[in-house]
Amino acid sequence: MSLFLDRLTFFRYRNQPFAGGHGVTTDEPRTWEDAYRKRWQHDKIVRSTHGVNCTGSCSWKVYVKGGIVTWETQQTDYPRTRPDMPNHEPRGCSRGASYSWYLYSGNRVKYPLVRSRLLRLWREARAIRTPVAAWSSIVEDAEKRVSYVRRRGLGGFVRAGWDEVNEIIAAANAYTAKTYGPDRIIGFSPIPAMSMLSYAAGSRYLSLLGGVCMSFYDWYCDLPPASPMTWGEQTDVPESADWYNAGYLILWGSNVPQTRTPDAHFYTEARYRGAKSVVVSPDYAEATKFADLWLHPKQGTDAALAMAMGNVILREFYLDRQVAYFEDYARRYSDMPMLVRLVRQGEHYVPDRLLRAEDFTEALGETNNPAWKTVAFDEEGTPVVPRGSIGFRWGEQGKWNLEARDAGGREVKLSLTLVGHDVASVAFPYFGGSATNGFTATEHADVLPRNVPVRHLALADGETPVATVFDLLCANYGLDRGFGGGNVARSYDEDQPFTPAWAESVTGVPRHHIVHVAREFATNAEKTNGRSMVILGAGLNHWYHMDMSYRGIINLLVFCGCVGQSGGGWSHYVGQEKLRPQTGWLPVAFALDWSRPPRQQNSTSFFYAHTDQWRYETLATSEILSPTAPSGDWSGSLIDYNVRAERMGWLPSAPQLKQNPLTIAARAKAAGLEPREYVAKALASGALELSCNDPDDPANWPRNMFVWRSNLLGSSGKGHEYFLRHLLGTSNGVLGKDLGAEGREKPHEVAWHEQAPEGKLDLLVTLDFRMSTTCVYSDIVLPTATWYEKADLNTSDMHPFIHPLSAAVDPAWESRTDWDIYKGIAKTFSRVAPEVLGKETDVVLSPILHDTAGELAQPYDVGDWKRGTAAPIPGRTMPSVTVVERDYAAIHERFTSVGPLMEKLGNGGKGIGWNTQHEMAFLRELNGRAANGQPIMETDIDAIEVVLSLAPETNGEVAVKAWEALGKITGREHAHLARPKEDEKIRYRDLQAQPRKIISSPTWSGIESEKVCYNAGYTNVHELIPWRTLTGRQQLYQDHAWMRAFGEAFVTWRPPVDTKAIAPVRGKHGNGHKEIVLNFITPHQKWGIHSTYTDNLLMLTLNRGGPVIWISEDDAREAGIADNDWVEAYNANGALVARAVVSQRVNPGMTLMYHAQEKIVNVPGSEVTGQRGGIHNSVTRAVLKPTHMIGGYAQQAYGFNYYGTVGSNRDEFIIVRRMSKVDWLDDEPAAKETV
Amino acid sequence: MSTWLTNALYGWYPYVALTVFLIGSVLRFDHSQYTWRSGSSQLLRRRQMLWGSNLFHVGILVIFAGHFVGLLTPIAVFGALGISHTFKQVLAMSLGGVAGVACWIGIAMLAHRRLFDPRIRATSSFGDIAILLLLWVQLTLGLLTIPISTQHLDGSEMVKFMAWAQGILTLHPSAAALVADVNPVFKLHLFLGMTIFLVFPFTRLVHIWSAPVWYLGRSGYQIVRTARPARPSGTSMRG
Repeated sequence: MSLFLDRLTFFRYRNQPFAGGHGVTTDEPRTWEDAYRKRWQHDKIVRSTHGVNCTGSCSWKVYVKGGIVTWETQQTDYPRTRPDMPNHEPRGCSRGASYSWYLYSGNRVKYPLVRSRLLRLWREARAIRTPVAAWSSIVEDAEKRVSYVRRRGLGGFVRAGWDEVNEIIAAANAYTAKTYGPDRIIGFSPIPAMSMLSYAAGSRYLSLLGGVCMSFYDWYCDLPPASPMTWGEQTDVPESADWYNAGYLILWGSNVPQTRTPDAHFYTEARYRGAKSVVVSPDYAEATKFADLWLHPKQGTDAALAMAMGNVILREFYLDRQVAYFEDYARRYSDMPMLVRLVRQGEHYVPDRLLRAEDFTEALGETNNPAWKTVAFDEEGTPVVPRGSIGFRWGEQGKWNLEARDAGGREVKLSLTLVGHDVASVAFPYFGGSATNGFTATEHADVLPRNVPVRHLALADGETPVATVFDLLCANYGLDRGFGGGNVARSYDEDQPFTPAWAESVTGVPRHHIVHVAREFATNAEKTNGRSMVILGAGLNHWYHMDMSYRGIINLLVFCGCVGQSGGGWSHYVGQEKLRPQTGWLPVAFALDWSRPPRQQNSTSFFYAHTDQWRYETLATSEILSPTAPSGDWSGSLIDYNVRAERMGWLPSAPQLKQNPLTIAARAKAAGLEPREYVAKALASGALELSCNDPDDPANWPRNMFVWRSNLLGSSGKGHEYFLRHLLGTSNGVLGKDLGAEGREKPHEVAWHEQAPEGKLDLLVTLDFRMSTTCVYSDIVLPTATWYEKADLNTSDMHPFIHPLSAAVDPAWESRTDWDIYKGIAKTFSRVAPEVLGKETDVVLSPILHDTAGELAQPYDVGDWKRGTAAPIPGRTMPSVTVVERDYAAIHERFTSVGPLMEKLGNGGKGIGWNTQHEMAFLRELNGRAANGQPIMETDIDAIEVVLSLAPETNGEVAVKAWEALGKITGREHAHLARPKEDEKIRYRDLQAQPRKIISSPTWSGIESEKVCYNAGYTNVHELIPWRTLTGRQQLYQDHAWMRAFGEAFVTWRPPVDTKAIAPVRGKHGNGHKEIVLNFITPHQKWGIHSTYTDNLLMLTLNRGGPVIWISEDDAREAGIADNDWVEAYNANGALVARAVVSQRVNPGMTLMYHAQEKIVNVPGSEVTGQRGGIHNSVTRAVLKPTHMIGGYAQQAYGFNYYGTVGSNRDEFIIVRRMSKVDWLDDEPAAKETV
Repeated sequence: MSTWLTNALYGWYPYVALTVFLIGSVLRFDHSQYTWRSGSSQLLRRRQMLWGSNLFHVGILVIFAGHFVGLLTPIAVFGALGISHTFKQVLAMSLGGVAGVACWIGIAMLAHRRLFDPRIRATSSFGDIAILLLLWVQLTLGLLTIPISTQHLDGSEMVKFMAWAQGILTLHPSAAALVADVNPVFKLHLFLGMTIFLVFPFTRLVHIWSAPVWYLGRSGYQIVRTARPARPSGTSMRG
């Protein structure tokens, strides 16, 4: 009754003491115990996971009590593995276990928020105008526009209602589509695999509009371009369980226990099983605890190490002794037997393109695509056209396979070498002779001629010497095979590229360690048929010349026959890029059920152009051009190369044309031409202009931008300060000057404006559940559901399971799921748009795409229509042109139903197509029929069922269809891989019951089976399905003219580039403390990404509670920095502040700053810029690489997130010094007002 | 001071203060068990705690005991024991003075810590700061009465307070007249003292009720709780 009165127990019988008076029995009330008891009681447990870019993809129990999510624990009900394998679970880590903090944290976005100045302008305008007219009255008035644009990032949000924000967004989108074109509406959202439906919601809305979805994998620099170059595959890797099958593991620049925490147990278990483990890492990373031998090369020199290991393996396992398994593998699965034309350059020859059937008179009997069929000698010395090259893939059926046969079906054994014929001197470029910023340069010439065995062939254009890729490779590695000539070595101790002794001088790794590891790695592969594996990651891939490290390592794996073998191969782990039910998801995500093609853009080139980072470019193409480049004009700056790539249809463009694409069809009609012809003619005549020629012209600006599931400005935005200055137009910390002010050479292809634009975006809308750095800079912030408040799907490359996200509770406060948010915007848009838009004809330009017949665009030289070396032919020498009908009043109707193109055109992916009639009929029954007769897709769960029903990975019937479709192309039977699972159909509630393993599908190169783990390249090797490259094989020789021009036809060693970001600021911002210059490395962190973010209080408590950079004890001593001191790091790009972690872990000369440490927690002002802090990307700037722009060339053809420029950032250097004054900028609103 | 005001402040106000003190304490105990605590900030910062807290607590306990015994012991008892008023007055001034100074130093340290340590300040409620300052003022007033008391070492003034306190407790509000003409410092001290009783249930002072003095006289080392009675329906504690 009353706790007080209950204590008054004067009339109650008292318990007697016991145990001789030592024990007493109390009779105090015991209700207080309930508090402890209830601590672990809950009402229900719901299965969900974390929709973040974490490859863990772990299944979690989310506990709910009284309608509140209270905590989460790891699920332990995964299906068991087969008897000889450890199980997957428990999966999860401390980051994931702390996620529930976000739901009710102070940082949760609870209501739709709008920048107050914008909202005031909108309400004033809207009171007297219709929505689109209201928006135009704001953005067309320069004063009004700048009044809110300049306030970005400076606070000032106010609450608004959903109806109002939806109307602002819809009006802005409609205005932009009408005035400039729908391709000015941009959406950035990364990594669909982490929450597929949330991604699809926004991308579906944008695609229905004709807006642009931006790539991420390349922008994050997690995409290794070496993978598409070598395999024609974006990335495909073994699941973590397959580590257990390895006999020899090299962990190379990947920090498994820290960044793959739930998978790390397989590594430990592999070691228990007896695998040897070598860890390559410059710093004493957490992963080094796994090492039997730790190699620590100087950061950025991994390619040199890999070259030397290749030197050892070729020497001992190919030349001095031949290993039958390796030779057979190289012959069948690599391009090593293929022939390369040699052309004379001065006194020597240089390797030219791969020899093609068309080079022969009569084309060796080939009539279909002879220009795209490569040639080799068989053992008898006859030139043959082996099956599997890309020419067999398109235009004919049944011969695109890796059987050891020629086109005619004759069994052939290809010859790897031409030893015994002539010898010619072939020149190879050498880039290691000069290096900057403390990297070692060696005393070797920049052109190294070496003798190579050749044969002379009578070709259609005369007698030409040819050599095999294998013979050229041996020469490229500097191996002395007794052909005389210089620049080769027989001993490992000679100082000759690329011997172990040479590598020791570049990397600092002792030569005997290099020899030892290479020898053991190959010996293990020899004894186990390829069970040697390299696990590698962003640590290597974020360097400008990442292709060299990657290809150096890939070569080791191909030499040793490891790729495609269980327990072996290339394990590149970065973000969560594997969207397993991809082909079921694509139609939903890009509205392919209503219109094709969608607009997609590679982000690196886009941001480089539109944040005007190109205006500050310091890397001249002459610095990276090869001394053996083919003759031709190789002038121009990096953006010039990008513009050329765009106009030749190699890379996408956004915005595409200076003219509104909704007006092109009418212009074509007026000219009496088909749009396709009109665009080609008008571009050539100048009547139409590509936007890329002038990214600073207001007509070419991106105008509206959506960011969701992303922290673009706080995490992935390389060149953060340039984003702030040019794209957003607000206060920024750019310290350097542009090319105009510096008086440097300006680009040729791009118009230069003396005054660079500031604030290209009219509207930036961000969806998030937490107030991230990106939200802080946005105009509108929409509160979205957390990962415990929505239904979604999640898959990873680390394991074969598909996981659900489930709504444990409804979205809190006024938040909504991403699906509902975009559906709501679509609904408002459909109401608002008819003010200016109806049924419109949109002319879409798309790049030449990989895995389509178009990838056979220009087989030989590069023809540029603008320079007059080719005619403008859409889809061949310029982008494809497609007419798409848009019905802007029907966006909502289309958003919420599955469109008719699925039945009309079918579905497919990666060059395989199949019919979907049956699945669509099923979906009409399952989801119901919409008013338009199509399957309903109203809710997120409806949409999930569409994805699961259309995907071969989750619908066995589709898998069988897909394998059969591929079988027609290869002429082989593959459906046996899926037939046992034909009746299996995985649905959303199945996933909620237990994680489900996916079904083998031909869109991936590994299989799901009870016998082997998922391993990339498995079906290429075991099902003889060609790799999707020019030769159909793992391609170690990249013969495109631009690859040769930039010296990367073969792998080689290239020192990091010089970004020259120190000199302009050095000594100009002194504060009395000593300044030191360090290499800036931004690895993944232990307390945040991936799994959660850096504002999570629980995680912050485990570290220093704010931004930190790690520096070595030596550097700290030199600069007078003590542990935990506030330090400032800056260069021409900007400045950041952080506390110093002084640690023995770090090598002198480098610093580590875990990336994505945000501006929003515990960040004071910078002494240099006067602005708050800065983030890790405040000191970086994206630098493009021309070889990543190549397109229309088999595997080097564009694919969204497959190929394209990547945002590297590790070649950057910073000045570090102690801060004298830590200013928290807490009371200077007036200072902030002046932008 | 008008008679009315004297009656109000020293005749009736004590009953208001005591009523709020008692009923407020019971209600808070019943309805807000989780707030029934001393609210120590020692976990956040130990600095100034060892000296500040101990000086304060030892001092205030001595003072509390002195006031309790000195004011509420019937005057006849002193007479029977042969303790003169003069002796008692001097004892109160000396012992109380020493304890008061110690307590004053302690509370000054605690107040300094609470106001100027950013971490403690940030976690302090209004009540935490107010009660500390209230005690500090009251203690200062108490110390100021010592020099005044030296003017009447015969203890005559002290007897007035004893009679007043005992009068109030024996439900004679007319006892207010006894303190009508004492020095204003005493009056302020009395008023503030009653105010402390008034605010007592709303502050961390409630921990005084639960000071574990019983622990000193405990018996037994093995403590067993009685089985919980089956809970009658309708009184579930489960949320």
